[in-house]
Amino acid sequence: MTDTFYESGEPIADERAPHGPVENRWTTRKFEAKLVNPANKRKKKIIIIGTGLAGGSAGATLGEAGYQVVQFCFQDSPRRAHSIAAQGGINAAKNYRNDGDSVHRLFYDTVKGGDFRARESNVHRLAEISTQIIDQCVAQGVPFAREYGGLLDNRSFGGTQVSRTFYARGQTGQQLLLGAYQALMRQVEAGNVELHARHEMLDLIMEDGRARGVVVRDLLTGEIKNHTADAVVLASGGYGNVYFLSTNAMGSNVTASWRAHKHGAYFANPCYTQIHPTCIPVSGDHQSKLTLMSESLRNDGRVWVPKKAGDDRKPSAIPEDERDYYLERIYPSFGNLVPRDIASRAAKNVCDEGRGVGPGGLGVYLDFADAIERLGRKTVEAKYGNLFEMYERITGENPYDTPMRIYPAVHYTMGGLWVDYDLQSNIPGLFVIGEANFSDHGANRLGASALMQGLADGYFVLPTGLGDYIARNELGPVSEAAVAEAQERVSAQIEKFLAIDGDRTVDSFHRELGHIMWEYCGMERTEEGLRKALELIPALRAEFWTRLKVTGKGDELNQQLEKAGRVADFLELGELMVVDALHRAESCGGHFRAESQDEDGEAKRDDDNFGYVAAWEWAGQDRQPVLHKEALEFEYVKPTQRSYK
Amino acid sequence: MKLTLRIWRQSSPAEKGRMVEYPVEDISPDASFLEMLDVLNEKLIADGEEPVAFDHDCREGICGMCSLVINGTPHGPERNTTTCQLHMRKFEDGEVIDVEPWRAKAFPVVKDLVVDRSPLDRIIQSGGYISAPTGTAPEAHSVPVPKADADRAFEAAECIGCGACVAACPNGSAALFLGAKVTHLGLMPQGQPERWDRVVNMLETHDDAGFGGCTNTGECSVACPKGISMDVISRLNGDMLKASVGGKKKR
Amino acid sequence: MAVTGGVLVLFLVAHMVGNLKIFMGAEDFNHYAHWLRTMGEPAVPYRTLLTVLEVGLVVAVVLHMWSAVSLARRARAARPVKYEAKKKSHAHGYATHTMRYGGVIILLFIIWHLLDLTFFVVNPKGGDASPYERVVADFAPERWYITLFYVVAVLLVGLHLWHGIWSAFQSLGLRSLRNEHTLRVLALTVSVVLTLGFLAVPLAVTFGWVS
Repeated sequence: MTDTFYESGEPIADERAPHGPVENRWTTRKFEAKLVNPANKRKKKIIIIGTGLAGGSAGATLGEAGYQVVQFCFQDSPRRAHSIAAQGGINAAKNYRNDGDSVHRLFYDTVKGGDFRARESNVHRLAEISTQIIDQCVAQGVPFAREYGGLLDNRSFGGTQVSRTFYARGQTGQQLLLGAYQALMRQVEAGNVELHARHEMLDLIMEDGRARGVVVRDLLTGEIKNHTADAVVLASGGYGNVYFLSTNAMGSNVTASWRAHKHGAYFANPCYTQIHPTCIPVSGDHQSKLTLMSESLRNDGRVWVPKKAGDDRKPSAIPEDERDYYLERIYPSFGNLVPRDIASRAAKNVCDEGRGVGPGGLGVYLDFADAIERLGRKTVEAKYGNLFEMYERITGENPYDTPMRIYPAVHYTMGGLWVDYDLQSNIPGLFVIGEANFSDHGANRLGASALMQGLADGYFVLPTGLGDYIARNELGPVSEAAVAEAQERVSAQIEKFLAIDGDRTVDSFHRELGHIMWEYCGMERTEEGLRKALELIPALRAEFWTRLKVTGKGDELNQQLEKAGRVADFLELGELMVVDALHRAESCGGHFRAESQDEDGEAKRDDDNFGYVAAWEWAGQDRQPVLHKEALEFEYVKPTQRSYK
Repeated sequence: MKLTLRIWRQSSPAEKGRMVEYPVEDISPDASFLEMLDVLNEKLIADGEEPVAFDHDCREGICGMCSLVINGTPHGPERNTTTCQLHMRKFEDGEVIDVEPWRAKAFPVVKDLVVDRSPLDRIIQSGGYISAPTGTAPEAHSVPVPKADADRAFEAAECIGCGACVAACPNGSAALFLGAKVTHLGLMPQGQPERWDRVVNMLETHDDAGFGGCTNTGECSVACPKGISMDVISRLNGDMLKASVGGKKKR
Repeated sequence: MAVTGGVLVLFLVAHMVGNLKIFMGAEDFNHYAHWLRTMGEPAVPYRTLLTVLEVGLVVAVVLHMWSAVSLARRARAARPVKYEAKKKSHAHGYATHTMRYGGVIILLFIIWHLLDLTFFVVNPKGGDASPYERVVADFAPERWYITLFYVVAVLLVGLHLWHGIWSAFQSLGLRSLRNEHTLRVLALTVSVVLTLGFLAVPLAVTFGWVS
């Protein structure tokens, strides 16, 4: 491996996690963290960017605790954050089913599911907190599914053999987010949270190396405003939209994280991308986003393709013995429930063999015929009715009669800003929570774990570390120069966008970037492809800055201008993802390098050379990023090659 | 497909808007309504014109950000479907389609098809929650909830806060939105302590925001992309009567 | 609206029952009309209870109208800019959407009806005749247009009740998913019975079954 595309920096370490037995670390940290005097909290201002599960729950909790919270979201209401779209459920080690679950098992499953690229301390804390989250949400009135006895129902979900997933039909994310949103609005009413919807963070205000505020643009009037505070919390979500087509919302973006990165915050493991196996396939060039079908469908649906390549008969015309239920065949013990990365790659493999179904041969069947026969149509309808309806609305096909067609799509990004055990980035005063950080999922996130992490961070983890920072740092007012500098930078960039006056739309660049990313840094990555992407992306970026066309003005609602800023950041992030993917010459979790596989085509990890977190430092425009390695140690869950056979 | 769009254009809140006609061609029947508008916007930008501003985000029917009154019907002709999930196969080739913003005093137009729906947040803010500070929660199984109540509460809680009920209501009322939240929280045992104050405060905020009064026309429920039933309004009315006339309101 | 509407529905039921006495003959009908005025005697003077009921009815009607007008005004204020496209109605149909202008027509009808059979101003027989004679004269075959006017008005009342009765339960918070069907049937039944009951008298006179 030649080091021509990055530079090596000093190794780093998470110095906040206490030592000692893993099950005591969180308790120890909570005790060791300094507390803020309640009277002082009222004088401390905290900025939160984003109102999803992490941001919403953080705002509600910090507001309740007595801090002055100032919170922003780019949507017209905090309730619209994309956490709302999570369908499947939320894990918790309640062991209500008495099926052998425990905090330790959830910890074990998550470390293993993350392909040994997450910190044991963080994951154990997540598993511990999982049970509190359920209590909290139930107290807020979240209408989880219940059994006739009135107790909470559970199901098994995506790659686990215990039933620990709590759900609210196919809309768990919505119900949890509304719970957090309502709690947040209660704090708004109480005057503890000052909420600014339709505001987008465009820069970080820094002073003395600390994060001290943000510059935001009022999306309605175009006004550039600044807000200073004692600490800044980013809860701005993941960056899957770098692929243009993903299951993320149209507005989901990396801008808040990326602009913090350019101030020195490390970006960790950017190449870890989760490709969700059960999405509705692309139907044409007009496609603007991909729609996820909950993974819970794999509990009862059977995945298959024809045995013969190029078999274009109707699915009903293909007899049983000419079908290949490939997940059940290759992974007999997990079958259709193998983890997401494995299911996705298996789908790609059969499609590469020419056995894919539907337009363009990019799809596999997810068949409910057996489930309908076994459980009856009514039961299937009760379980999945809304998902089936959604599928029919989008495709015009009825999944009760004909198998669904599914294909993998970018869904979640495990990478994100590097944080320590307190969820603080390497910039003092900058905290990062939820999908925006890299902390808990390693190289692959298990189903129903994203909601758990978002809420754990916001409700329970952040207040401890943030309080410790506030208690230890008495900060004065921010200098006008620091504010003016940040504000100037933002205004200059906006003027630049408007001045280019080229001939290509923002979307055309975004779409092209997406193609490059999906082709060369998607489900399967090769050195050759990644090197090619490393040429294509800077060229596209150069074209962007000369040929972009943004209509309208800066001082009004201008959706093209908003997009331009986001795509400009994706064009830089995309390159870092490729660099990360290229440097990590092993396969692990959501990162599959074709060069690193065993004889059966399964991913091959290289713990000796890559058992670390890759935290990237921004070195400046057109300069190679600097890699800082955080070594990972596994004391409790010994790394093994994952096998779901 | 070839279509003629008549779209409401209004450059700012103060400006007087008007309907402007745009022909569009080569639209795939598999495109969603918003993807069709994307195509139009790409063309407008290429021609140096201002693209049409419209609200949207998740494009999978759950965030509630998309709106649009299509041919006089909020979220268009398909029942239980948001605009982002409406596909062009539901329209005829050559059709003339009217596209307008939500119309209500409480939802002033910001630009083109974008309106300000913040009054819905203010309604929730004034009582649409259960007070459960982080860390105070008892064990989740300590209060069983009958399945029927939990299911009913869930159905009411499905509301995505898009405001189609207001757009559809001849009276410009948000009673369905209000009723849905009152029903969701009022059916859960955890929601009982604040039940009566909640309904009074939320209704007061609703009325102050300039929404109209409900006359039970049922248009809201038909327009609702989640098909929320009008019985939530009955529950709202019942709780309101008990709270105000029955004297149950405490604060 | 629900409470005053409820009062008016009860009145209509009593009114219809009274009307139908005409089929028992002139004597019974006139006697009934007389009894209305002597109700409660000798405890209270002549026409006391009837006057109380009449005042109550007027109050109910006025409050009903006042509620309707204020709701309509709120509705207008709540949507200052109208839709360009013709707004399509999808729910509950005709009855729901005739509540407002139907209500106005019903009001005009009530005024005529009072001038006709309460104050006798527009009645062909005038105040000196018996109630029975006045009714018979009113709907005489050659005055078919009066009958037609009554029929149209009564049908509108029927529509108004159909939505109104269901709506009253909804407004009082008495409707649930469980009783939804029952309430719809109840509203339909009551409005059909009242409509038929009120149509019976004018039609019977016009077609000569009562003379």
